[in-house]
Amino acid sequence: MDWRYFRRRATNVFNLTGSVFATLFGLFWLFWILWTTLSYGITALDWSIFTQDTPAPGGTGGLANAIIGSLIMVSLATAIGTPIGILAGTWLAEYGRSKPIASVIRFINDILLSAPSIIIGLFVYELFVVRIGHFSAWAGALALAIIMLPVVIRTTEEMLRLVPDTLREAALALGAPRWKMVTRVAYRAALSGIITGVLLAVARISGETAPLLFTALNNQFWSTDLSQPMANLPVVIFQFAMSPYDSWHALAWAGALIITLSVLALSIIARVLLRKARMEHS
Amino acid sequence: MKNMPQNSAAGSAGKILVTDLNFYYGKYQALKNINLTIAANRVTAFIGPSGCGKSTLLRTFNRMYELYADQRATGEILLDGENVLSPRADVYRLRARVGMVFQKPTPFPMSIYENIAYGVRLYEKLRKSDMDDRVEWALQQAALWGEVKDKIKQNGMSLSGGQQQRLCIARAIAVKPEVVLLDEPASALDPISTLKIEELISELKKNYTIVIVTHNMQQAARVSDQTAFMYLGDLVEFADTNTIFTNPANKQTEDYITGRYG
Repeated sequence: MDWRYFRRRATNVFNLTGSVFATLFGLFWLFWILWTTLSYGITALDWSIFTQDTPAPGGTGGLANAIIGSLIMVSLATAIGTPIGILAGTWLAEYGRSKPIASVIRFINDILLSAPSIIIGLFVYELFVVRIGHFSAWAGALALAIIMLPVVIRTTEEMLRLVPDTLREAALALGAPRWKMVTRVAYRAALSGIITGVLLAVARISGETAPLLFTALNNQFWSTDLSQPMANLPVVIFQFAMSPYDSWHALAWAGALIITLSVLALSIIARVLLRKARMEHS
Repeated sequence: MKNMPQNSAAGSAGKILVTDLNFYYGKYQALKNINLTIAANRVTAFIGPSGCGKSTLLRTFNRMYELYADQRATGEILLDGENVLSPRADVYRLRARVGMVFQKPTPFPMSIYENIAYGVRLYEKLRKSDMDDRVEWALQQAALWGEVKDKIKQNGMSLSGGQQQRLCIARAIAVKPEVVLLDEPASALDPISTLKIEELISELKKNYTIVIVTHNMQQAARVSDQTAFMYLGDLVEFADTNTIFTNPANKQTEDYITGRYG
């Protein structure tokens, strides 16, 4: 009897120690990465980053064109991806539900969700860039929109499913047509959750490099022309970090810090909203 | 002993006439050949053990079952002589005439005011002052106005369970229906809130035809004028509440109300 009790305690201690070490192991690398980004990034960060464009090899400059390029393409992708994603998620949750075609769409959406982003970049390259003949910000935004889409579809559907059916019945029992029930009641109940999904999707696409390499490429100069190649933070970081120039390295660190902090901010906002959404349904 | 339907709808006090109603969940038959007449401006209670079909019957009156693909009803339900089950009947108009309150309070995630205005806006375009009057009127009808008049802009979900349920009743009444269906409206509430709802029901029957499903036999005895006892999809007995509770014609009814099963 005592022996069995001792064994149980030993197993418990062993597993607990193991899981604590595993956690520390994971956190160790995470903090190392964050710390390196922060320390190198902060020393490279100054006002000229936001006022000057990317420099010629070896020269000094900033990231203004890349920051604005990223903002333009991410906003455009959000403007394309959000309405389509929300509508698709709404169909799955409110109309398709148990139809066989809905499970097919859900399955395909899950595949799209986990598809490597470089494949989506190549897809848009073949579909768009090759036919037009040159890289463009439009293509970049399109690739980002496609990456964003499955995330928005998934979260919209899940958040609408958290809305209890009794609420739907209550609205319909008043004689509301279905679309009024969805837009006035279900959306309102799921609002913070849906916004969270969009924010997480924005966070995800703001760090994507591979799809932009094939679509928007890069641009050393200030450009807001959507039909031309456009500078953007991820590709600039990629290019500058691979270069032999110290000034470029510093800019790459600064860019990495800016992206990390923006994504961090988005994730924190999303989490706060999500907690609110969960509490509303509990 | 089944109550036979009255065939002369015109002139009689029958608000809802149910004739040969059968209901199916997929292949499972949940209602078997139901015939009954719901009297206007009376409270009719459906009682019976869980799964007997009383809620199912209630949900055919406003065609709530239609939301679910595998549920269907056959037979006739005449509301003032019009068959509501007919595919040509306008379901939105039907639900404007037949309001419903559910077992669990279901306030919408919006202000108390908006909760009530939502339904009204579906049918009427009112000026702001008229809408204010309508909201106040509905809340007064539901005996809630005094408790919420100073916090009308607050979220409806911030109210207590009993207040939420009265808000739902107010919301249903604001549309000015003729019939109000109550699906175990007090089963999730404490005794004091339940009492308020019961008083409200007695008050409301002056203007509305009320059908209530309840698990609670004392409640049926207290609030209703007529009672239907259902068992396993059959309407076993339908009579004046007084008769059902003091002198039931059917042995099954007697066993149920004396607590032998259910």
